Amino acid sequence: MMLETQNLQKTYQLGEATVTALAGVNIAIDEGEMVAITGPSGSGKSTLMHILGCLDTPDGGKYILAGEDISSLSKDRLATIRNRKIGFVFQFFNLLPRISAIENVELPLLYAGKKETRSMAIQALETVGLKDRMTHEPNQLSGGQRQRVAVARAIVTNPAIILADEPTGNLDSKTGDEILSLFQRLNEEGRTIIVVTHDDYVSRHCGRQIRFRDGKVEEGY
Amino acid sequence: MLFWTIIKVSFKSLQANKLRTFLAMLGIIIGVGAVISMLALGAGAKNQVMERITAMGTNLLVVSPGGDRRGGVRAGSRESLTIKDAQEIRDTIDGIAAISPLVRGREQVTYFNENVNTTITGTASTYLEIRNFEMEKGRGFTVMEEDHTSRVAILGANTAELLFKNQNPLGERIRIKNINFKVIGVLKEKGDQGWFNPDEIVVVPYPVAMKQLFGQPHLDEIDIKANTDADLTQVEEDVTALLRKRHRIMEDAENDFHVRNQAEIIDMASTFTRTFTILLGGIAGISLVVGGIGIMNIMLVTVTERTREIGVRKAIGAKDRDILRQFLLEAILISAIGGILGIVFGFTVAYAIKQFTEYQTVIETFSIMLALTVSASVGIFFGFYPAFRAAKLDPIAALRYE
Repeated sequence: MMLETQNLQKTYQLGEATVTALAGVNIAIDEGEMVAITGPSGSGKSTLMHILGCLDTPDGGKYILAGEDISSLSKDRLATIRNRKIGFVFQFFNLLPRISAIENVELPLLYAGKKETRSMAIQALETVGLKDRMTHEPNQLSGGQRQRVAVARAIVTNPAIILADEPTGNLDSKTGDEILSLFQRLNEEGRTIIVVTHDDYVSRHCGRQIRFRDGKVEEGY
Repeated sequence: MLFWTIIKVSFKSLQANKLRTFLAMLGIIIGVGAVISMLALGAGAKNQVMERITAMGTNLLVVSPGGDRRGGVRAGSRESLTIKDAQEIRDTIDGIAAISPLVRGREQVTYFNENVNTTITGTASTYLEIRNFEMEKGRGFTVMEEDHTSRVAILGANTAELLFKNQNPLGERIRIKNINFKVIGVLKEKGDQGWFNPDEIVVVPYPVAMKQLFGQPHLDEIDIKANTDADLTQVEEDVTALLRKRHRIMEDAENDFHVRNQAEIIDMASTFTRTFTILLGGIAGISLVVGGIGIMNIMLVTVTERTREIGVRKAIGAKDRDILRQFLLEAILISAIGGILGIVFGFTVAYAIKQFTEYQTVIETFSIMLALTVSASVGIFFGFYPAFRAAKLDPIAALRYE
């Protein structure tokens, strides 16, 4: 088991009203799976993604990632987990401007205090097929290329899971397909990938779908 | 994260907004420049004052008639000092290198149709040594000439210039109060001392001045030069004790004379120049603080602008302290570079003041250290709050920030 949640709970205070984002979520994802987490907006899938990504902590329940219970860790510890065990890919790429592709890819390694950052970054860029663009800055790259750099940044630390939030949401269908097949290839190489999306086309390309509704996993999935 | 990487990242983000970075630095540049140049001006003024005091003579005690100043008025007689007093000081007190009785008065001095109204100083032959005068040409007078009431005169540099223009004054006869004096020497220029210009005098032996020029039996001053290894305060006490005894002053009565110690004058002058320096430095320091506030302002803007970047950094594993360090370092870089440019600016201003005004400037290592320390502290102090805000940003909110 790569990750597992037990009765995950999360509520928000919106003014007077209390919003239940997660009402007891139980999911389990095996190593090497490629899973889509889908559902309409407000279903709690973003909240789940934040907790799975260690950007947020649950109010109740347990979250076990790669054998470690991380439901109640300190902020610094969570930062380390994000750095070592999770690779993020965002809808809007979120590359840092004014530094080159390779420097963007190196960034997680620098926070990890690694020494051989350059060679590892080159390898990651090679994996996503962008070795020849590594000195370009993000604004010199196309959308698809930027997302590839983001994927390279996500895999460079060799994390337990790759967490992609609407990775094709900001791309045209052709480049979207390219990114999807990149994810599939990485999955075939044995990486565990979780894609959060509301796009059925994307979720159909994943091995399994977990559909959310009203803060719970919908029956039948 | 590795230190050099943070530096590189900071440099890049500073470079990306060159104008903004420069404007943020400008406050520090001006602040540091002002501190350096103002302290240089203060130190220059101090040097100038000390130079003038030294020019008056070192290890100097000056005894004048009349008591200590009381509300601007001197108590006691103005005619209390005599030649006998001077002689007895010379003969009985230890640690005295030279002593000279002195009388002075303003008189008209003429040479053919040139004339000048100036201070005639009647002194002993030792006077030139006591007051650190040097000869431009000719010689001082001798003890023999003193004793024989010889009518010889030494001219100050300005007096010689006024009376003789380019002509050689040596051996010429000038007239003071219709008495002929032979010019035997001209003094080297010393420079105006503010309250008294030593270049505008005429020096004659005191016996001839007392008897023939002013007709006065008492002295206006006794100048004493102590030995270099003598305790000036001790000599001052001895002189005071001796004169009180000679003048038969009762135990609890006031002195009818006044002894000025060179050390007191130096003390007074240093106090004054220190106040002057603190005042200038303080005003300049305020501009440094204002510069710091400018940095804080820019850093707050930068943090807001780069909220998303902070979110990304946190998502990929930056800890709060990594973010804090990065933004703090950026602020410190701004102020440190500003500080270095400010030193250059301060040097330029100090040099310009020296070149184009009559003021002296002296840049002390201390003021450079001070400026650098203060500007780095300003960076840390005013950079901390923006950096702290950046570090505490919630990564989810930061990633969503548009």
